[in-house]
Amino acid sequence: MITSNRVRWHLGRVISRQFETGSAVRLELAVPTWPGNDAGAHLDIRLTAPGGYQASRSYSLASSGESTRVVLVVQELPGGEVSPFLVRQLAEGEEVEVQGPLGRFFVWIPAEPEQSPVQLIAGGSGVVPLFSMASARERELKGAEFRLLYSVRSPRDEFFADELAELSRTVVEIVYTRESAPGAGRPPGRLTREALAASTFPASLSPRIFVCGPTSFVEAVAGWLVELGHDPTQIRTERFGGSR
Amino acid sequence: MTHVDGNALAGAFATALGIEITVTVGRCRGCGSSFNLACAHVFITAMGAVMRCGHCQAVLGVIVRGFRETLVNLSGLDYIRVPRL
Repeated sequence: MITSNRVRWHLGRVISRQFETGSAVRLELAVPTWPGNDAGAHLDIRLTAPGGYQASRSYSLASSGESTRVVLVVQELPGGEVSPFLVRQLAEGEEVEVQGPLGRFFVWIPAEPEQSPVQLIAGGSGVVPLFSMASARERELKGAEFRLLYSVRSPRDEFFADELAELSRTVVEIVYTRESAPGAGRPPGRLTREALAASTFPASLSPRIFVCGPTSFVEAVAGWLVELGHDPTQIRTERFGGSR
Repeated sequence: MTHVDGNALAGAFATALGIEITVTVGRCRGCGSSFNLACAHVFITAMGAVMRCGHCQAVLGVIVRGFRETLVNLSGLDYIRVPRL
């Protein structure tokens, strides 16, 4: 558990950038003063224009643990103030201001004694903090059973496709909402309450549940989970607004 | 406009008050329910952020980040309980 980290501003340098999808970039930043972060935490990136105008946005971290390298995946929001710059312009070697690590609610901490399984449910780019949790679980020999249900438009929009396929301690199920993989068993379509019930731990196992995605997705899923008998206090949510 | 939630205000509250808002529990003055402020509904514009109760939609507070100071209004909360970290 990362305990003694006081939140502050840091300077991060872009070590690498690569397109994760056609409209999202994976950025690795070297942040020499970063104290490490729990899985699921986020940071704020602040951009300053020549005139002094500043804009900041929150981004979930795909990485966790005691490292001074952090990884995030930024989805471009057309017309946005910050994400188009990060996705299209910010180059390797350039510096950005980051504040963090932020958030202690939507985090999974491996050392916690855990009897019940952990269910992760992602909508679109909401998979980033949940991937971080699954990766942290991957580093532990013993621990809770993990499942990830990932709702995404099409195979082209999938984040961490290679890494998800390699997870050995998390059972991954992907629901394509618009376009399926070639030869996929089921046609594309939005997640329904029945599909959710069929692809997640049942309420009888009292799983801890983390849901992250667009606000409409999170609220639909959280509502269904309660209808399916899950304890609302076991459900942790993070909403990031509009679609994607 | 679409809301987000209190997770998005962690940075703003850390800067202004030095507290971790996501695990701070607040009680809504409107309906009396208590919850982690990570669960509050948050409406962000270029001017600032408004926090509303997820149960009754009452305004819990407002936070506005300026150049030299941050304005914080929590008048829709009876109290907040801030964990010692």
